[in-house]
Amino acid sequence: MIKPTIKRYERPCAISDYPVGPSFKAGHLISTNGNYRTFRPVVNFAACIGCLLCYAACPDGAISRHDKKVRVDYDFCKGCGMCARECKVRAITMKKED
Amino acid sequence: MERKLFLSGNEAVAWGVKLSRPHVIAAYPITPQTVAVERLAEMTRSGELDAEYMHVESEHSALSAMMGASAVGARTFTAASSQGLVYMAECLHYASGGRFPIVMMNANRALALPWSIYGDQRDSLSLLDCGWIQVYAEDAQESLDLVIQAYRIAENLRILTPVMINLDGFVLTHTYEPVFIPTQEHVDAFLPPYKNPYCMDLENPKNLAFSSTPRDNMEFKYQQHRAMLDAKDVIRETDTAFGRHFGRYYGGLVSNYLTDDADCIVITLGSIAGTVRAVVEELREQGVKAGLCRIRCMRPFPDSEIAALARLGRAIGVLEKDISFGFEGAVYTNVNSALMKTNVSMRVLNFIAGLGGRSISPADIRKIFSDLDRACNGGRVQHVQFVNLGAFA
Amino acid sequence: MNTDQSVRIKDLTDDEYFFGHKACGGCGGSLAIRLALKVLGPRSFAVLPAGCMSAVGFVFPQMAFAVNAMISTFPGTASMLSGIAAGAKALGLKEYHAVGFAGDGGTADIGLQALSGAIDRNDRIIYLCYDNEAYMNTGIQKSGLTPFGARTTTTPAEGAGSRTAKKNMFEIVAAHGIPYAATASVGNIPDLLRKVNKAKEVAGTSYIHVFAPCPTGWGYDPADTLEISRKALASGLWYLAEFENGSFYLNHDPGKFISLNDYLSTQGRFNHCDGDVVKTIERERNKKWEKIRREWKMPDEKHFFAKERS
Repeated sequence: MIKPTIKRYERPCAISDYPVGPSFKAGHLISTNGNYRTFRPVVNFAACIGCLLCYAACPDGAISRHDKKVRVDYDFCKGCGMCARECKVRAITMKKED
Repeated sequence: MERKLFLSGNEAVAWGVKLSRPHVIAAYPITPQTVAVERLAEMTRSGELDAEYMHVESEHSALSAMMGASAVGARTFTAASSQGLVYMAECLHYASGGRFPIVMMNANRALALPWSIYGDQRDSLSLLDCGWIQVYAEDAQESLDLVIQAYRIAENLRILTPVMINLDGFVLTHTYEPVFIPTQEHVDAFLPPYKNPYCMDLENPKNLAFSSTPRDNMEFKYQQHRAMLDAKDVIRETDTAFGRHFGRYYGGLVSNYLTDDADCIVITLGSIAGTVRAVVEELREQGVKAGLCRIRCMRPFPDSEIAALARLGRAIGVLEKDISFGFEGAVYTNVNSALMKTNVSMRVLNFIAGLGGRSISPADIRKIFSDLDRACNGGRVQHVQFVNLGAFA
Repeated sequence: MNTDQSVRIKDLTDDEYFFGHKACGGCGGSLAIRLALKVLGPRSFAVLPAGCMSAVGFVFPQMAFAVNAMISTFPGTASMLSGIAAGAKALGLKEYHAVGFAGDGGTADIGLQALSGAIDRNDRIIYLCYDNEAYMNTGIQKSGLTPFGARTTTTPAEGAGSRTAKKNMFEIVAAHGIPYAATASVGNIPDLLRKVNKAKEVAGTSYIHVFAPCPTGWGYDPADTLEISRKALASGLWYLAEFENGSFYLNHDPGKFISLNDYLSTQGRFNHCDGDVVKTIERERNKKWEKIRREWKMPDEKHFFAKERS
């Protein structure tokens, strides 16, 4: 599957370690987005009907298809709540992070 | 076998471009570069040049499109002048920072206001810091040859810097002279196809032209600076190789004439060098030790070649079609900086001429040498002078 | 391929081509790009000008695009795309898409010249405008697509917000005789997917204008992005339409509109709007719809209203 992933990145020490001009490999991530959430989506898998509306609505691609239902990637979920709002069977609730 | 054609500077550039096999050309017209893009349109239409010819809607779009094409691995060309050059100024910095090896012809023309379509060098000289390699042609033959050399220099993976080829507006773009046209085979043997591993690639996707934070930005800029410094050697080597391959060698970053034993030297850019050379010969016949240094490449600046002109008591006059208002001409500032570092005591003077297309005559140049001679002998001469001004304050 | 060019959500690829970016939670623009790239696939060259999506997507060394992508100058999205199309053609590249994702400022204001030129040349590019109705990346300033009455930092509430209406980019682009143009919304994902899928096949320039709410700039709870988009459609302030073969086609007529206040009251940027402002907005909306209903072709089997279906 094609998706940007977290890579091990060491800060360049020499000029020659820098990419030539602003040209770099695509999909190279060094940081996640899940550490500044206020609320996190919690999926009630029993209620989930696998309609995939939450997967379509997530601006961050943090919800993916899994086993005929969905799965949340908490490393990249920003807690915006769009998934919970769009779910027609109210299978997702937003819970406050500790 | 090279054939000889009677061509204008613009046409010679078009021939140079044709022989260099660009993939994409962007054309936006502006006097006095129009003939170059017109000839290229004719050549693509007739099929003698196999390139995508884009009619863009402004110079900003011309260079922006060439960056897009270059980013996918295409060899590109466009042309500009004065108002158009400064209109694309944002893209000039973008292209050099982006390390796109674009080659562009600039017809040196005065900048409004007042409006003027005639030649001077304020357009390119006001953009010396934009990160482009800047070369200045003296005649149509050199113009054609510079296009071919420019692609080889720009596309060198150590360099990856765009090149601006400057031709004096009207004086060089529109005057005719016999020009040797190299054969396509001969050019193909000198200029390899463009190959760049840093381009966007469907098999190996890249993200280009990104942002960087204060933590990294300076390193990218330093990298660019190093590439420009390395370009000095590459430009010299390319000119030497060109000389071996085609039989025409221009001297590298500068072209010196009788400077070794000269007491007075005029340093200048572009086509006016021809007139200066004629006056130098005349003066030599009269026993005056005059010399000429024509700077071919303003960026990277040939500091060591200029420093080599330093000699105790010598007088040097920088003749340029430029003024940085409230101070002096840009070429003079650059030359002075290089000479000053030698700590050799000399007289270095600035002669501002030819703004807005004002003619520079042999008489004007004789007067410059006479001022230099006076300076050499301890006479007082103003540092910055406007040549042949019709009215004084 | 479906003859109606619709794309079902469950048929979308699992690949994520825009992921790990630093956009605000609930950003309509980032959703539009994520979904468009899922339809266009990995053999895409994406160009984004200065704006939100480039600012959050490419800060060295965090590169959120898994496809080839580059940032253009602010005015230069369409011209850089044209160059990519010309370069790719000259190099003989096959089966790729050149797609631009520009904001409303980068499209209707500073980017207009280049867009006009690209359409004029009919270069094979897809231009998607994510319209969050202001210069959001620089801090919510008015753009040519800021609607009448909206508060921005340069059209403060004290002055009753923006005094001009949105430039009609859809009709400006259509007036060029573009082969295909469409309006879309993140509030109707199947419709957006269908239109991107259609744009893929256009042998020339295509333009998709996507209504993309911005929680930060519009002042609402990020969870409501799609709900607000649906209300914009239901109130008639946005519409789903296509322009093809020289004709305008409406995809959906909501019939009786919901009250404007139902839409305006959801967003902080309209809080200050008094009755006069609302009346003006209503009058202009009615005028527009009167013209649409009179002159545009109504939904047919090729220009239908794609509704949510799994």
